[in-house]
Amino acid sequence: MSVNSATDRPFLEVKDLTVRFETDDGIVQAVSGSNFSLRAGQTLGIVGESGSGKSVTSLALLGLHRTRSNAKVSGEIWLDEKELVTATDEEVRKLRGGKMAMIFQDPLSAMHPYFTVGSQIVEAYRVHHPSANKKVARERAIDMLARVGIPQPERRFHDYAHQFSGGMRQRAMIAMALVNDPKLLIADEPTTALDVTVQAQILDLIRDLQEEFGSAVIMITHDLGVVAELADEVLVMYGGKVIERGPTIDLFQRPQHPYTWGLLGSMPRLDREVRDRLNPVKGSPPSLINLPDGCAFHPRCPYAGRNGDRSFKEVPVLIGGAHSVACHLPPDLRNKIFQEEVAPNL
Amino acid sequence: MLAYIIRRLINAVITLLVVTLVTFGIFFGVPKITGSDPALLYIGKTADAASIEGIRTKMGLADPILVQYGKFLKGLVVGRDYSSGPDVIHCPAPCLGYSFKTDRLVTPTLLADIPVTLSLAIGAAILWLIIGISAGVISALRRGTLIDRAVMTGALAGVSLPIYFTGLLASAIFIYWLEWLPQGQYVPFTENPGEWFVQMLLPWITLAFLFAATYARLTRANMLETLGEDYIRTARAKGLRERTVIGKHGLRSGLTPIVTVFGLDLGALLGGAVLTESVFNLRGLGYQALDAIRANDLPVILGVTLIAAFFIVFANLLVDLVYGVIDPRVRLS
Repeated sequence: MSVNSATDRPFLEVKDLTVRFETDDGIVQAVSGSNFSLRAGQTLGIVGESGSGKSVTSLALLGLHRTRSNAKVSGEIWLDEKELVTATDEEVRKLRGGKMAMIFQDPLSAMHPYFTVGSQIVEAYRVHHPSANKKVARERAIDMLARVGIPQPERRFHDYAHQFSGGMRQRAMIAMALVNDPKLLIADEPTTALDVTVQAQILDLIRDLQEEFGSAVIMITHDLGVVAELADEVLVMYGGKVIERGPTIDLFQRPQHPYTWGLLGSMPRLDREVRDRLNPVKGSPPSLINLPDGCAFHPRCPYAGRNGDRSFKEVPVLIGGAHSVACHLPPDLRNKIFQEEVAPNL
Repeated sequence: MLAYIIRRLINAVITLLVVTLVTFGIFFGVPKITGSDPALLYIGKTADAASIEGIRTKMGLADPILVQYGKFLKGLVVGRDYSSGPDVIHCPAPCLGYSFKTDRLVTPTLLADIPVTLSLAIGAAILWLIIGISAGVISALRRGTLIDRAVMTGALAGVSLPIYFTGLLASAIFIYWLEWLPQGQYVPFTENPGEWFVQMLLPWITLAFLFAATYARLTRANMLETLGEDYIRTARAKGLRERTVIGKHGLRSGLTPIVTVFGLDLGALLGGAVLTESVFNLRGLGYQALDAIRANDLPVILGVTLIAAFFIVFANLLVDLVYGVIDPRVRLS
């Protein structure tokens, strides 16, 4: 994996991304020093609890914090050789919905209730294709609705979001996001609001469309099942920081961070005895205004004291190669704990 | 759709019928039960029994209350006759009654007042919509800034100060102190549009100040709520210009609830703006109502009440129909 040759450069590269919000209660450190990259055609899964910074990261990529006067974004976001943090509002606006697009969690509230679904797709197309007339844009929108598997697209074009079923609505949302052939597609919990039967269809659809369009996809989710199904690489976030990063298969087979162990332990599995209880991560996510000293996870970590008091004092950094982790436990001790105490219960 | 409209129309007619029943009951039924005789209000307490009996027959007060109500309804629909001594006065439909105090039919009296009230309400409405909505939108977009605070302070003054205070203050400033506007009387639009405009300006401003304040607060609240919606974030994520995000996606939902409030406010005002009309000496429905109340002129009070009720019910109906068009989630079925 050489990063140097121009053609092989990652399509998206995020360096030291930090997002802070100034609120009345203090400074919310929503994302601190995130690093990751993504190649065209690849899928990156970002996993974490609510408030771990995964959605804030995605909104920062699209520059959607720019309208919030209390938000401060720093670091670098390189999208296809262009830096976005220092770019002007107008430059980012032109990329938004064009080169990079987003699918939101709840398509009912994410679509305007007073405009037809068709007109909202047409609008998305025309803002990036000013020369396209209404007829061309309309045909394109209907074509997209058909591509995402909406039956009778000419008729559904004139319907409003509330007239669609949950799955069809998310399909329409995807059609709207893909109407300009984005090279980067960010999906923020795209299946959370949907029925289980529909979830699989939507994931299949996203995968098929990714193959067809060759876009890079960022899949934000709290559902490890979704990640296992779609992602090439996984980022685990906790308290606004990336705490583990690695290729999906590797991360599932040899999870390194105690928090990742916890996430895997809270997944229900069919091959387990029903009377076995799930092993959720105990405690609740930290406040982003007052992060705990040292490793942000230490108050919930059952192994934090095994290596002296480093975890309570020093913030761990992400170290390692393709599969890296931010944890103070020495690798051999960590492997030992995983083999002896964690793996048998997974 | 047509079936829905017809059903709503029938509903409106029933509502109005109930209003006539209740108001008629209050003005002519309740006095009968409590023993105070409406006839005495006309002729005076010192009159002898024979003349009281005479007025009672003339007014139809001798009949049982339901018969009186029936005659009143008949008058509304097909018209009726009043015998005032030797001659018979025909009251054509819609007959709202006959005032024995002023010896005039109620309907034409009130119809003559409507243009004044209409001028006042429509003019003020245009003014307060423009001022109130723009102030509210600006306030929402500049939330927390000096402009926002200034607008909201002005709005607070607007909703708290009574019309008779702002009206008199405005007259004092613009007519007597700055002398920008002449003193004078209402002039019908058909006679002299220019003079009509000049004379209506202060009443419009006074009334609009009150409503603009309410609308600015309402618009601000609606816009702030709308701008926090997920679909506004989607609009931005599509790469729309901020102008389009606010001006199209934001206003479309931020202003929709205003339509309801506006319809009802305008409907209520068309029944007479009592305070504004009396402060500026405008002989509209509100002024007429006040006069009638002072004079205990029951048929006129009843007539004004019914006209006001008619406007409110009609405005409600209109708002419901319009809402089905502007909010696609409300399907008329």
